[in-house]
Amino acid sequence: MTKDIILQLSVRSIRLNFLRSLLAALGIVIGVVAISSMGMMGANMTMSVTEELSAMANVLVVKANAGGGGGGMAGPGGGGSGSSSSSDDDYISKDQLDDIERAVGQYGLVYPLYQDSETIEVGDEEGRATIYGLRDEDMATVLTVEEGALPKTTSSVVVGPSFAERHGLTIGSRITIGDEDDDEAVVQKVRVVGILEEKGMSMDMNTDNAIVMPEKTFVGLFGGESEYDQVNVILNDINDADTATEAIEDQLNRKEDEVTIQDSSRMMESITSTVSTLTTFVMAIAGISLLVAATSIFNVMMMSVTERIREIGILRSIGTRKNEVLRMFIYEAVILGLVGAAIGAIMSLILGWLVVLAMVGTTKYFFTFQSLIYVPMAMLIGIAICIFSGVYPAWRAANLDPIEALRSD
Amino acid sequence: MTAVPVIELRDVTKIYPLPSGDVLALDRLSIRIERGEFVAIMGPSGSGKSTLLNQIGGLDVPSSGILRITGRNIRKMSDDELTDLRLNAIGYIFQKFNLIPLLTAFENVEYPYILKHRCNDTTGRVSKLLNDMGINKRMAKHKPAELSGGQQQRVAIARALVNDPDILLCDEPTGNLDTKTGAQIMEMLTTLHRQGRTVIIVTHDPLIGEQAERIIRIKDGMVEDA
Repeated sequence: MTKDIILQLSVRSIRLNFLRSLLAALGIVIGVVAISSMGMMGANMTMSVTEELSAMANVLVVKANAGGGGGGMAGPGGGGSGSSSSSDDDYISKDQLDDIERAVGQYGLVYPLYQDSETIEVGDEEGRATIYGLRDEDMATVLTVEEGALPKTTSSVVVGPSFAERHGLTIGSRITIGDEDDDEAVVQKVRVVGILEEKGMSMDMNTDNAIVMPEKTFVGLFGGESEYDQVNVILNDINDADTATEAIEDQLNRKEDEVTIQDSSRMMESITSTVSTLTTFVMAIAGISLLVAATSIFNVMMMSVTERIREIGILRSIGTRKNEVLRMFIYEAVILGLVGAAIGAIMSLILGWLVVLAMVGTTKYFFTFQSLIYVPMAMLIGIAICIFSGVYPAWRAANLDPIEALRSD
Repeated sequence: MTAVPVIELRDVTKIYPLPSGDVLALDRLSIRIERGEFVAIMGPSGSGKSTLLNQIGGLDVPSSGILRITGRNIRKMSDDELTDLRLNAIGYIFQKFNLIPLLTAFENVEYPYILKHRCNDTTGRVSKLLNDMGINKRMAKHKPAELSGGQQQRVAIARALVNDPDILLCDEPTGNLDTKTGAQIMEMLTTLHRQGRTVIIVTHDPLIGEQAERIIRIKDGMVEDA
């Protein structure tokens, strides 16, 4: 027998009512597992999303301010731009591009692009495609070719992998851009010389499902030389996003808003914050299971007190202090909590791993601090809930009138 | 006698406030019990002897009057002080034995020892007491439920003695036992008295009462005949 006889009594009471105690602890097990696996899922999801996003979040997209002004002088119907199919007459001029390069050149790569959408024909199939035009010098730095090579002539293009797959394109396939039935439209036949590497979701341009051609080809088709649809800044360091944005604003928007700047790191912030809000919400739902556990612990403790009223009377009458009786029942709650939380911790590692694998798709972040911290956290919550639910029954036991307690059967 | 009486009650009154009106359980009761006495407190049920026992046992506190146990006024004691008084100065022997069901016979006896000394008994006192009461080592490993009534009461007596109390307080100690076993228990209590202990027995059984040196009869919360 150990020195702390009060603890002994608690342990023996639990052993005596083993099944009942086990069921009460089971509630804690479920609660701990639910909270920690949900928490881990959220943490893993956040980390996975953050990684995916940060690969593309280092982009500033500069566009001409749609409100007017800007470099474009063409009003509605104005023929200045020479583009028949462009829906947006606002563009970034060469001067503005130079300004941007001056402002943020040191922070990363600045490249302008043309963008339009046009009817295409591959074999007999007709469709529409997004077409990007890039300067020759940017092609090599911005694009990665999976198969084939970058276009060197005005009649060759590269296509995105999804686009190639959808239209059954391979190296050497031919595409007719422009509507042949429309007499006014410019029509150009091009040859696919390369298929790009899959890029995934992206802020600057979505090449996966597009045709990318040299500037000269693009201008030949749609006109508007040096009237760029957007300028992308690929930052070397994502932390420079605010500084670079400010620099561009200072350079171009001092008098009036010539350009608008989309900072994709903002979007990443809002996405990760949405994920963590969702995680908190799911964890709160999981927390309900702990509430149920609390009720069951409370119930078991109350039963334990009620069943042992006479014993409490004996203990008090032969010299056990109130606080010792209190301690005895608190111990009982703590033991239930510890056992439940320990089993819960082991199970949540297993279940959490499975949940993360199923929901996030990867467990590469599972054994990180941010993810595993939810296990001790949930354990602490579980134990705290146990103690909390045990306080009233214990207090009641300690404050029983020993005479009344002795009299009960 | 100039020595401090082990128990002294002066005008002790106990009132239980009930919604239907106050109940006067003890009415200006005055009793003096000296060290080493063997006293039987007798009276019919409802006479107030259980209430008196609870006062003397430090389980309850009088409404008014003075109650001194080993010279200390219990009305001025905190709950913890009263608990310590029960632990150190009083050995309780109950009608229903009142052993702790979760503990073995040995542990039941050791329990108050641990509460007092904050350590296990390494002096052999528990074993000796159990042996003196006729409980052998094998029986001492049993839980109370596995022992007979007589054996349980012997364990209870050993428990009451383990902290060497000033007073041995017995509440109908033979009430749940057959005549033969009851007689054995009474013999043990008599022996303990002869060894110099103060023994107080509360009973309604005249045959038990007769074995004491002095009988205090209680009726309607007052001493009828001391």
